[in-house]
Amino acid sequence: MVPTNYYLILSAVLFGLGIVAFVFKRNIITIFMAIELMLNAVNLAFVAFSQSWHKTDGEVFVLFVIVVAAAEAAVGLGIIILTARNRKSLNVERVDLLKL
Amino acid sequence: MTAPVVIFFVLAALAVLAAVSLILQRHPIHSALSLIVVMVALAGLYLLLGAEFVAAVQIIVYGGAIMVLFVFVIMLLNAGEEERTNFSKLATYAGIPLALAIAGFIAAAIARSSGALPAAEPSGALTSTKTLSMLLFSDFVYPFELTSFLILVAILGAIVLAQREN
Amino acid sequence: MSDFLAKYAFLIVPILKIAVLVFLVLTVDAYLTWIERKVIAHIQARWGPHRVGPHGLLQPLADGVKFIFKEDPIPAHVDKAAYFLAPFLTLMLALTSLAVIPFGPQTFTVFGYQTHIGIADVNISLLVLFAITALGVYGIALAGWASNNKYSLLGGLRSSAQMISYELALTLSVVGVLLLAGDFSLRGIVEQQTVPGKGLLSWYVFPQIIGFLCFYIAAIAETNRVPFDLPEAESELVAGFHTEYASMKFAMFFIAEYTSMITVSCLATILFFGGWLSPFPETWTWTQYLPSVLLIPFGLWVIFDGFRYENLFGRILLPAVGFALTVIGAALLVFAALNGAIQGPFWFFAKVFTFLFVYIWMRGTLPRFRYDQLMSFGWKFLLPVSIANVVLTSVVILWRMH
Repeated sequence: MVPTNYYLILSAVLFGLGIVAFVFKRNIITIFMAIELMLNAVNLAFVAFSQSWHKTDGEVFVLFVIVVAAAEAAVGLGIIILTARNRKSLNVERVDLLKL
Repeated sequence: MTAPVVIFFVLAALAVLAAVSLILQRHPIHSALSLIVVMVALAGLYLLLGAEFVAAVQIIVYGGAIMVLFVFVIMLLNAGEEERTNFSKLATYAGIPLALAIAGFIAAAIARSSGALPAAEPSGALTSTKTLSMLLFSDFVYPFELTSFLILVAILGAIVLAQREN
Repeated sequence: MSDFLAKYAFLIVPILKIAVLVFLVLTVDAYLTWIERKVIAHIQARWGPHRVGPHGLLQPLADGVKFIFKEDPIPAHVDKAAYFLAPFLTLMLALTSLAVIPFGPQTFTVFGYQTHIGIADVNISLLVLFAITALGVYGIALAGWASNNKYSLLGGLRSSAQMISYELALTLSVVGVLLLAGDFSLRGIVEQQTVPGKGLLSWYVFPQIIGFLCFYIAAIAETNRVPFDLPEAESELVAGFHTEYASMKFAMFFIAEYTSMITVSCLATILFFGGWLSPFPETWTWTQYLPSVLLIPFGLWVIFDGFRYENLFGRILLPAVGFALTVIGAALLVFAALNGAIQGPFWFFAKVFTFLFVYIWMRGTLPRFRYDQLMSFGWKFLLPVSIANVVLTSVVILWRMH
């Protein structure tokens, strides 16, 4: 079968790509999607370890992560819609009222 | 090159290509579609790991509900393409090679530490939904009830945010 | 050669089955449009198609040729990726959902590889079907958005919101059946309904009648059919999300809609009506001859109906079809093994066609819901009733266990 290391390396690569997307993109919705990508990478690590150690606890925790991501997406997107309506733009560089 | 390893590499390549496409696309709707491809590829990897229920939940909840929410918001806000901006030269010429070096270092560290993991090879046994649900409702019943409370709070938050100012 | 076949049989046999199934489904889709037009016409006291071939039987063929030769305009300023992806995605998902449906109980061996009637037999086939239904929302949302047209966008968003709302009620109404059967796989659910000697009464529709009604209503809303078809109604939003699609791409949406109708009818028969089980108990062995008893007189009637046509085409085609049907019916009477094998799929298809007929009947009879009535019905009535069904079923099961 496939060694667990392969899954962990894939999880690390996806997490790194999520960080790159989070830092370099300027649209707030794309940044949010990068957060979801990072959560997915972590889920993959959970399931890989759950299979490797023959305990089902990892998969149960993945269900909780998915639920928390859903709740966060709902509230976060609501806030994004309000902010976009106020600022008339989805660019994070425009939301700089607190800057020095 | 046994069949599971081949399937793993195909799905892993698909996931990484879709994640790179998420970074490189200019329009948020194309990034959303790339993320959906990542999630479907990850569901395939969960199936390869024997977690069939988690794979189905990943597609139904993540791919069929959360990403639909993203797609709706992008359509309703009429998000346009990102404008071109000039990055600092330092970020491009020093940042990306440094990020790749860090990722390579972490990957090499993981690959070299194969002796530390208790069982390096997953056996590919299928996790039955019954095992999962027995755990969920006996050992993890407290987090389970807390997440139901969390969802209720999120629903109330979304309703409050959607109200207009009177 | 046979060694190569035996070694790669696990790949070749499913590919053959997929080819047969896709061919069958596309033919049934085409003739479903014919049945729909004829049935709605007769409900409305007119004839429907009757000129193209005898009884209008070649109408779907003519429609197919029209779709192929029609001009395919692409509006300006569309999002090319989403515009071309949407019909392809919808059709692909609709056809993929047929892969996990079991059509009969038999297992047979071909090229040394033991297989069953149905393409894939997975442990979680019901969840796979729900996953594919959940992804089906994207085809419509992307189609509406990519068309660069305000009315398409509104139609697409309305239709997607409707599909998501009724998806919840659909999934919850099935939980009662899952509690009774204890298995996610569709084959397992039908096997749980196999109680020898009880026939009709062992089906899950009797303990789960509320669940069945919720499921069927939610399924009609999922497939965007009357009375829930406001997003694609002609008088409301031009044609909704598929306004800007012409010829082949529109045909893809069309085929996807009929295929998902077929899938939902198959699901309703498997979950609630016993799938391939006969309504008569096994001890009534005379019911084994019902397929041939139905086929032979029908074949003879078709032969004699052909003679009333004056053009040569009707005089040859119809008697040929009738003769083939009569020969098949007679073969079923003579060969007992063939008769035994055909029983499961015969009852399955009979039930599926009954559900499709009810779908078409409703289209000819009922008016459509307004959008706010539709949404409030889904959220305020259907969802609480589904949840109440789950709670009631659990209480009864726990009470029975003591």
